[in-house]
Amino acid sequence: MKQEHENENQASQIGEQETWMDQVKKLVRQNKLAAFSAVVILVIILMAVFAPLVAPYDPYTQVLKERLKAPSAAHWLGTDELGRDVLSRIIYGARISLTIGLVPTLISMVIGTILGLLAGYYGGKVDFIIMRLADVMLAFPSLLLAMVVMYTMGGGLVNIFIALSLVNWAGTARIVRSQTLSLKEAEYVEAARSIGVKSWTILMRHILPNCLPSLIVLFTLNIPSAILSESSLSFLGVGAQPPSASWGLAVVRGKKYLFTEPWLSIAPSIAIMIVVMAFNFLGDGLRDVLDPYLKEQ
Amino acid sequence: MNEEMALQIKNLKSHFFTSKGVVPAVDGVSIDVPPGKIVGIVGESGCGKSMTAMSVMGLLRHPGRVVGGTITLGGRDITHLSKKELSRIRGNEISMIFQEPMTSLNPVYPVGKQVQEAILLHQKVTKEEAKKRVVEIFREVGIPEPEKRYHSYPHQLSGGLRQRVMIGMAMVCQPKVMIADEPTTALDVTIEAQILRLMKRLRDEKGTSIILITHNMGVVAEVCDYVYVMYAGNVMEQAETFELFERTSHPYTRGLLRSIPKLDTKEERLYTIDGVVPNLLHLPKGCNFCNRCEAASDRCFEEKPELYEAGDGHKVRCFQYESGVKA
Amino acid sequence: MIKNVLKRLLIAIPVLIGVILIIFIMLRIVPGDPVVTMMGEHVNQAVIDKVSREMGLDQPLYIQFFKYVGNALHGDFGTSYRLNRNVTRIILDAFPNTVKLSICAAVIAWIIGITSGIVAAINQNRILDRLFMGGALAGVSMPVFMIALVLQYLLAFKWKLFPVSGYDSLACMVLPAIALGWNSAGSIARMTRSNLVEVMQDDYIRTARAKGLRESGVIIGHALKNAMLPVVTMMALQISSMLSGAVLTESVFGIPGIGRLAVNAIETRDMPLLQGTVIFTTILVIIGNLTADMLYSVLDPRIREGA
Repeated sequence: MKQEHENENQASQIGEQETWMDQVKKLVRQNKLAAFSAVVILVIILMAVFAPLVAPYDPYTQVLKERLKAPSAAHWLGTDELGRDVLSRIIYGARISLTIGLVPTLISMVIGTILGLLAGYYGGKVDFIIMRLADVMLAFPSLLLAMVVMYTMGGGLVNIFIALSLVNWAGTARIVRSQTLSLKEAEYVEAARSIGVKSWTILMRHILPNCLPSLIVLFTLNIPSAILSESSLSFLGVGAQPPSASWGLAVVRGKKYLFTEPWLSIAPSIAIMIVVMAFNFLGDGLRDVLDPYLKEQ
Repeated sequence: MNEEMALQIKNLKSHFFTSKGVVPAVDGVSIDVPPGKIVGIVGESGCGKSMTAMSVMGLLRHPGRVVGGTITLGGRDITHLSKKELSRIRGNEISMIFQEPMTSLNPVYPVGKQVQEAILLHQKVTKEEAKKRVVEIFREVGIPEPEKRYHSYPHQLSGGLRQRVMIGMAMVCQPKVMIADEPTTALDVTIEAQILRLMKRLRDEKGTSIILITHNMGVVAEVCDYVYVMYAGNVMEQAETFELFERTSHPYTRGLLRSIPKLDTKEERLYTIDGVVPNLLHLPKGCNFCNRCEAASDRCFEEKPELYEAGDGHKVRCFQYESGVKA
Repeated sequence: MIKNVLKRLLIAIPVLIGVILIIFIMLRIVPGDPVVTMMGEHVNQAVIDKVSREMGLDQPLYIQFFKYVGNALHGDFGTSYRLNRNVTRIILDAFPNTVKLSICAAVIAWIIGITSGIVAAINQNRILDRLFMGGALAGVSMPVFMIALVLQYLLAFKWKLFPVSGYDSLACMVLPAIALGWNSAGSIARMTRSNLVEVMQDDYIRTARAKGLRESGVIIGHALKNAMLPVVTMMALQISSMLSGAVLTESVFGIPGIGRLAVNAIETRDMPLLQGTVIFTTILVIIGNLTADMLYSVLDPRIREGA
């Protein structure tokens, strides 16, 4: 037994069943930073959804005589080399980053969850094939693999969707598999099986719900890495193509003016950092509250 | 009387300061440990017996803290020593072994090195000399092939052997007092007997005083000279072992003894004390044991009893003994 | 021990073949004739056919694949379309730059990561802990190219402390190495802290205290080695994310390393070169993972025995 537990036992002998609301409260109480991050994310989402209302200018209108203007009252973050308002482009760029963060992550996690459940539940050959495939996927440096997919399919946002969905499922599959393996041995699952409940029903009704806390945390933590991947691909010129408002693209286009107009590349970089950081802080806080399992990883 | 005690704990109070309130885990405990004797502290888990030991060692961790009382080791008050001074005493003048021999040794170092470290910390000897002493102490605590075992890693040893290593580590600097916190709970019964015999031998040969913390009345009967029965942070009854078993006085102690399975009676069901240890955050107003006591009167729910003298050195925290003999 | 190594090697081989297969297939389903891409639209069909035959592109895909694997096993990744040189040679020329960069980055990441992890763990839940861990998570959240650009702007351009780009001196390496190591430093710090905090709850730590070790001795002598075991493994596993990061860092600082090769290969649609670099880097990752496994079993007596 560990000391801390002894102390806790001595200290509080009150055991309560936690509800969903309790966990939210716990998160807010324990980890102010995570709660604050949730608010930041919400604001960014609202900003992205209502971009046309929030943005002071049209992000695509080029005003050539207003090129490369330093930040001012009229243009808070200045203008780019084509005279477009940087702030407006960043606000529109949030739409791209958030969609990239959410959709391919969701797709890859659905794929990973299904494969992980199958591998863990059925074991044997199914498990072997799926997990060796996952080994292969995880062996690639993720950015390079995504680059290869982009090479094959060409640049553009839709292709980034596909690339990131294909590349990132393996991590999820591994975690879901190992949870399925341990849940499969749980008594209520054995009981369900012994009275002849169908495999599919067991997976959906007993195993998947128990994986959900991990999956929620994983989802929150996969979003920022997808956002980073998109901006990296765009930064390397194999992702979003002009005139897209993608932040990564903005950074690489601003790079040419780094020493004269640094805000062009730094401002969108900071935007990426804020979003990624908010999701990371939130995911971290969620993990502490929801998921003792993932901590071991 | 003070001078002759190896260790004297007087009115010790250790509290835990949690977010839900202050938990008085140890609430005014006094224990005398004479030299060369084994003193048992018995009680259910959560009664504060381990916390008493940790307080003595200065090993209480946040949010726990000693808030009152004195601890005197060999005539020296060690209650308010600095961390540095405490670490000089620990493992040297007073040492401790723990319940889990499985996890109490560092898995990444050979066991001999871990014992050697205790010597090198407290005595100015060369490494070779220290190593020789480790082998010696290993032999003394009954570890076969001590030279070979010196280089073994913990996972290569059985639970019994590991506990012997722990005892060796605790004894190697010849401390005045050794605290053994449930040293045999995690071990097989046969190994338990061996370890208990070893502790008795160390007491006799080295004159070390031992505090033996246990929840097992059988172990107490076998090795202890004196017994303290603890419940919810208080000592409920204390006496010499023979006296305690002969004239068991406190209802709680009686309950403990009755809940040991016996072979010679034909009771259908094993006796259990009703109820559970009270939440230390919400102790009853009166006697801590009142809500589980078979003999509780109205007064027991209103007032806290003190430890009353019920014969030579036999003390009982129960109103029945207020006048010295059972009312 | 040796048996263990062999077993892991045996598992690595199918993974490696899988890696080659996936890259091979992905690069073959590119629309358009590679020879046309290589030589341009204006070349007449006869020439294209001839070149295709010479390059073996007219053969069935599976034969091409086996040929490629066979050659790759001999260290031959084919010939670059654009540079007309052996891909292996091109990679080996660029490789030292990436290695130099990665080693510098790793050293920086270890030093910063481990120290701040220890400081945070010792001050658990106090202000210093919050500060360091907030900083570590922020570090993990910064895109590599952002760190690179900010460093370049401030330290190289504004304060003129380091060269803006280049790769031939140690001074040139400082900024790229920080940029590349930054993320790893963050994750190493987080892992060091959480392991150390957990290990500090272990029973043998209590034993170490009980034998009279001072807190510093407890941490350095007993907690650190146990806490660092998983961190060491993680550092080896980070080779993968290091290589991803190197692509970006090399691109910002103009270092002609492997990452730069991959980007160039995409820009010039040089399929054999891209194929070679990706497979080569993945082999590095697989070797890294193997090393991590072995390192762990060397360091942890429990596993050393068990194998």
